[in-house]
Amino acid sequence: MSISGLEFQAAAVEGAPEQAVEGRSQWQLTWRRLRGDKVAVTAMIVIVVMVGLAIAAPAIAALVHHPPNIAYPNTGENAVGNPVGPFTNGFWLGTDDTGRDLMVRIFYGARISLFVGIVTTAIGTFAGVAVGLIAGYFGGVVDTILARFIDAVLAFPYVVLALALAIVIGPSLTVIIGVISFFSWAGISRIVRGQTLSLKEKEYIEAARSLGAGPFRIMFIDILPNLLAPVLVLATLYIPSAVVFEATLSYLGLGIQPPTASWGNILAAAQNFYQVAWWYTVFPALALLITTLAFNLLGDGIRDAMDPGTERLLAARRGTKRRRLERRAMKGAGPSDAFPDPPRQAQPPAGLG
Amino acid sequence: MTDESAAAVMTSAQSGQDDVLVRVDNLVKYFPVRTAGYVRRTVGHVQAVDGVSLAIPRGKTLGLVGETGSGKSTLARCIAGLLPVTSGKVTFDGDDITNLSRRKMIPYRREIQMIFQDPYGSLNPRRRVGAIIGDPFAIHKTVAGNERKRRVQELMERVGLNPEHYNRFPAEFSGGQRQRIGVARALALRPKLIICDEPVSALDVSIQAQVLNLLADLQRDYGLTYLFIAHDLEVVRHVSDSVTVMYLGRVAEEGPRDPVYRTPRHPYTAALLSAAPAADPDAAASRQRIILTGDIPSPIDPPSGCRFHPRCPKARELCSQEDPPLEVKAGDGPTHLTACHFPVEAGENLAAAAAARRDAK
Repeated sequence: MSISGLEFQAAAVEGAPEQAVEGRSQWQLTWRRLRGDKVAVTAMIVIVVMVGLAIAAPAIAALVHHPPNIAYPNTGENAVGNPVGPFTNGFWLGTDDTGRDLMVRIFYGARISLFVGIVTTAIGTFAGVAVGLIAGYFGGVVDTILARFIDAVLAFPYVVLALALAIVIGPSLTVIIGVISFFSWAGISRIVRGQTLSLKEKEYIEAARSLGAGPFRIMFIDILPNLLAPVLVLATLYIPSAVVFEATLSYLGLGIQPPTASWGNILAAAQNFYQVAWWYTVFPALALLITTLAFNLLGDGIRDAMDPGTERLLAARRGTKRRRLERRAMKGAGPSDAFPDPPRQAQPPAGLG
Repeated sequence: MTDESAAAVMTSAQSGQDDVLVRVDNLVKYFPVRTAGYVRRTVGHVQAVDGVSLAIPRGKTLGLVGETGSGKSTLARCIAGLLPVTSGKVTFDGDDITNLSRRKMIPYRREIQMIFQDPYGSLNPRRRVGAIIGDPFAIHKTVAGNERKRRVQELMERVGLNPEHYNRFPAEFSGGQRQRIGVARALALRPKLIICDEPVSALDVSIQAQVLNLLADLQRDYGLTYLFIAHDLEVVRHVSDSVTVMYLGRVAEEGPRDPVYRTPRHPYTAALLSAAPAADPDAAASRQRIILTGDIPSPIDPPSGCRFHPRCPKARELCSQEDPPLEVKAGDGPTHLTACHFPVEAGENLAAAAAARRDAK
């Protein structure tokens, strides 16, 4: 090939990177498989809608003319001062005990929940990956210290610590984010450390060392890309647990403080009214359930999509799967039972001869 | 080490060409064997390389042969500075590079590159080929941006890859193409020495020839020096100017290629050569294989005296007591050295001796 040809190609690569990429990266393949997984796609849609509603919460409040923290004693409460039900007086999901719009408050609560879930998971993931990589790559004393620290954090009764901190420092968003982040990095670290221990023995790591690459270049450029798949799956599964943790703290009154809305403190307030206002408990609980379920299902979907071995399983229809199981059951009843394993005495251990 | 082997080092070093690029003097690499648990006591050593000396003349190829466990790859990694050396000295282009710190080693990394055995394991599966080949430029901060891309594509073309495949992943290439990627990466910084650690062992025979020819072309064009490790004797014969045969961490025999292949003096070399498959069926049928008994012994507890004596068809009392020095045997050229008390003589029937020894056991 001539020089001009080479330059032409170089220009083509620069001009249209998308076209030049003939090879499909791991992410492209994962995305293709994920798109074929109906449950994961549904979960993604639910998450996108939930995030959209959280972002649009002020707009929704403006639309229904009910700011989140304003009580409407005249229209939002009935004659005896109890909440009004859904689709009453312009309150689509009813009101809470002080006559505030429940729907608007749930969407404002979603802002807090999703923000806490995503921020703490991001912090936990970064810290977890960094600690895991350092422990796994350097090994030795560094690894021993960090690994024991990881074990200690994982063994800690985190709800008790969170409660103690919230009482001592006083409840605030910062404390919540700090506490949840602190308890989410260790699990990720442990996985990353284990993976790093095996990846650092690969020949391409030795190749990088023979080129003169330093430890941090090897950790972040050579090892990290091989870790992203499990880390992504873990992170997706950590978001819902962080959301639930935040709700737990708020429910116990140590998280987000009223009047700021959060799913946890709405549920806490609702428990006194479940006999007269079912919607007050059901709708925030549903929001929490749907959101955590969607993140969990998406995490499972990503995990399946990352692992090509599960592709067949996803593609298999239930009928074929059942037939296969039946076939296997029939096979199991046949020859394998007729010819059981030979008795062990047939082959004495070599060392005893 | 004894005085004899020190003397042998001198002969091997002085008798070669004057322009030596790499010199290894009495290199020793022991791996400690430790107990498990928190208090890790050292209970022994794997004597992977035990007093090896080599000299590779500039622009030449030294073939390193030996069966699995003979310490070839460990020796290569010690020379490349990937493993710390227990004792001994590695000299590159006149500079002592033994056990340099990573930072001090960096300038020499540009001069010494490696090609690895496994074309699947030696390329990061998550990185694009352009990034892999561009790594040397990135690590040594020589060229960046579009200039780097241009250089990488030049390299890809030089080793026979399509430069358009810059953005592909290693998984999309065949074994031979992957090994070419490894060659391009090793070539990027225009090194003086390339250590080829069994570069073609994992490839098909037809692909082996292509890669070997590529390596030969590159040597001619860029004046490269190769340390070529293989267990395939025919491959080593094809590429090497001189050959070193290792057994259990020591040099059994070394010398220019043709004398070693034509008249091997060490019984181990003779056995290796007799085991190599011959393409001509008549030659294969008429040849007498020297079949050795047993496996290569444990390098944790190597045999006394000559390390080959438990398997050697010619072993006598002396062999288990005294370590034979590496020296010129009667009738050999001045650079053909053998570490054996009773070297193989012309016309000797070692196969019969080996068979008799097997029967006796």
